[in-house]
Amino acid sequence: MSADLPTARLIRRLLLVVVAMFAFGFALVPLYDVMCQAFGINGKTAGAWQGAQAVDASRQVRVQFLASNAAGMSWEFRPEQDELEVHPGASSQMLFVAYNPSGVPMTAQAIPSIAPARAAAWFHKTECFCFTQQVLQPGERIEMPVRFIVDRDLPADVHHLTLGYTLFDVTERQGPVARGAQ
Amino acid sequence: MSAVIDHGHGDHPHGPAPGLMRWVLTTNHKDIGTLYLWFSFCAFLLGGSFAMVIRAELFQPGLQIVEPAFFNQMTTMHGLIMVFGAVMPAFVGLANWMIPLMIGAPDMALPRMNNFSFWLLPAAFGLLVSTLFMEGGGPNFGWTFYAPLSTTYAPQSVTFFIFAIHLMGISSIMGAINVIATVLNLRAPGMTLMKMPLFVWTWLITAFLLIAVMPVLAGVVTMMLMDIHFGTSFFSAAGGGDPVLFQHVFWFFGHPEVYIMILPAFGAVSAIIPTFSRKPLFGYTSMVYATGAIAFLSFIVWAHHMFVVGIPVAGELFFMYATMLIAVPTGVKVFNWVSTMWRGSLTFEAPMLFAVAFVILFTIGGFSGLMLAIAPADFQYHDTYFVVAHFHYVLVPGAIFGIFASAYYWLPKWTGHMYDERLAKLHFWLSFVGMNLAFFPMHFVGLAGMPRRIPDYNLMFADFNRVSSLGAFLFGATQLLFLYIVVKCIRGGEPAPAKPWDGAHGLEWSVPSPAPYHTFSTPPEVE
Repeated sequence: MSADLPTARLIRRLLLVVVAMFAFGFALVPLYDVMCQAFGINGKTAGAWQGAQAVDASRQVRVQFLASNAAGMSWEFRPEQDELEVHPGASSQMLFVAYNPSGVPMTAQAIPSIAPARAAAWFHKTECFCFTQQVLQPGERIEMPVRFIVDRDLPADVHHLTLGYTLFDVTERQGPVARGAQ
Repeated sequence: MSAVIDHGHGDHPHGPAPGLMRWVLTTNHKDIGTLYLWFSFCAFLLGGSFAMVIRAELFQPGLQIVEPAFFNQMTTMHGLIMVFGAVMPAFVGLANWMIPLMIGAPDMALPRMNNFSFWLLPAAFGLLVSTLFMEGGGPNFGWTFYAPLSTTYAPQSVTFFIFAIHLMGISSIMGAINVIATVLNLRAPGMTLMKMPLFVWTWLITAFLLIAVMPVLAGVVTMMLMDIHFGTSFFSAAGGGDPVLFQHVFWFFGHPEVYIMILPAFGAVSAIIPTFSRKPLFGYTSMVYATGAIAFLSFIVWAHHMFVVGIPVAGELFFMYATMLIAVPTGVKVFNWVSTMWRGSLTFEAPMLFAVAFVILFTIGGFSGLMLAIAPADFQYHDTYFVVAHFHYVLVPGAIFGIFASAYYWLPKWTGHMYDERLAKLHFWLSFVGMNLAFFPMHFVGLAGMPRRIPDYNLMFADFNRVSSLGAFLFGATQLLFLYIVVKCIRGGEPAPAKPWDGAHGLEWSVPSPAPYHTFSTPPEVE
């Protein structure tokens, strides 16, 4: 490298820009999540919600349930009912059924999503099977609950929500400990 | 300043070292420029031969020549090699050769790093091309390598692809740092920033774009690497990540990248058109500011590549209007080039032919870009051949014609011989006809709904695709003529004077042709 002083200083500054931009690339990851939540963009729901609300009996919201499998997932996966009519503020529950038809123990992770996306901020899950992973033995069937409250402040023009779950096979990601536990 | 000038034997210029090791060990900006240009031309032929495979398969509907899986590898490798192996190194080569000559510097500011940044490229592309011979094949997920295609569903060789991208990213970043240091610190006394030739200006701005976005590209492939091998979930929904995030990070790099590939061509054309119009460039200052404006805007338009992923309406409107805003500084540039030609004493030697074709055809590519910028219309055009037509119109008669124009313009300075003008004009006309035959019909099949990256298509697209393929074969074969012209020019020809073009201006024409191995060991006078 040149011993020239101004050049050396310039190079140091430019290298700093390079490092900063590399870090910025990674900073885009949390920034993306923050933006999505702030603007209610991609229907991602928050984690477990705590609290209660007074029931608004004057209003009804239709909540539909969807269950789908990600590519390569062999489980049977469906909600017990297709939809519920709920009052904002009231706590409701839906059961999802999962069944492992394969000959091996498998671990699954459900990822929730709300449509319309902007309503996600007013959909609170107090309990959800998606907060943990599910391990099913060969041929095992379970019922998994989700408890939720539709916020009283849900915009008035939203009459209809869809809560969708996609079930992913995460057996490979799990590592031998979880698989060996059975 | 004087510290960088070779103290020991500044007054006794010596030639290059003898033998092959000259090229391996060289720190001379002209040698390294030559290496870059030859590397780029080899990559151009390789990437071009992949395009020939694609066009041969698409010559008629149905599957006839290659397997769909191999077709996918061809589209991916064609894009990667043309973008990172042909266009970018060609401009770095031109920068190495011309920037020191244009600003009166004895060499680049960091000659050893210059050597290293070149020699990383053969390693990077050797690695990339070797994936084609690996089990499971090479990258097959498109040059944009969207996750999860490039993570969950990628062939095993993806890790080599990631490492290759890292290497060439490091090479580009070092090249850019070198350009910035040279331009900011090694200008001859009196060469103020606003006296610099536009090629130097556009390269300075390009270099800043490079150091801003190449690290982001390195970041996104690092995230892929971690997702594939270290169990993270940046782009995997199963672990709480999001594949759409990939597209945001990628296009944050990707959109400035397209200006990285065109700004230096703007600079070269801004040198060539005044020369052959025998008039000074119209609106120099506005050209500089327009380049800066384009560079700035390139950072805030990335999501126009992703209108169909489900962005809220406010976002679509923002990215749509910001994108259309780019037409303003670009329009300023086109206006200035046309005004430079207005009432000039025009002659049409090969560099000027390529430069004029550049202005016209790049503008066509710009207009189809405006059409694509309209969000609701883009829902229809997205991932069709209309997009393929658009970006080939800005890259082939844009970037590549800019490189051809530069090559013919400066070949006499590099080799000391005039090239064969008759053959060069033939090269131009065959390229012009071939390129338009290949890419213009793609607009029509795209508007009619033919999707990109598919080896088969509906019967109704057959005629236009046959025309496209014939044009592509013509364009491809013509480039062998370019190779012949360049080799012929290196080996001999009419001796070139120091200033072979009577309308040319600039310090590069004040040194003899061919340019001596060492130039401007003492800084020139700049009036």
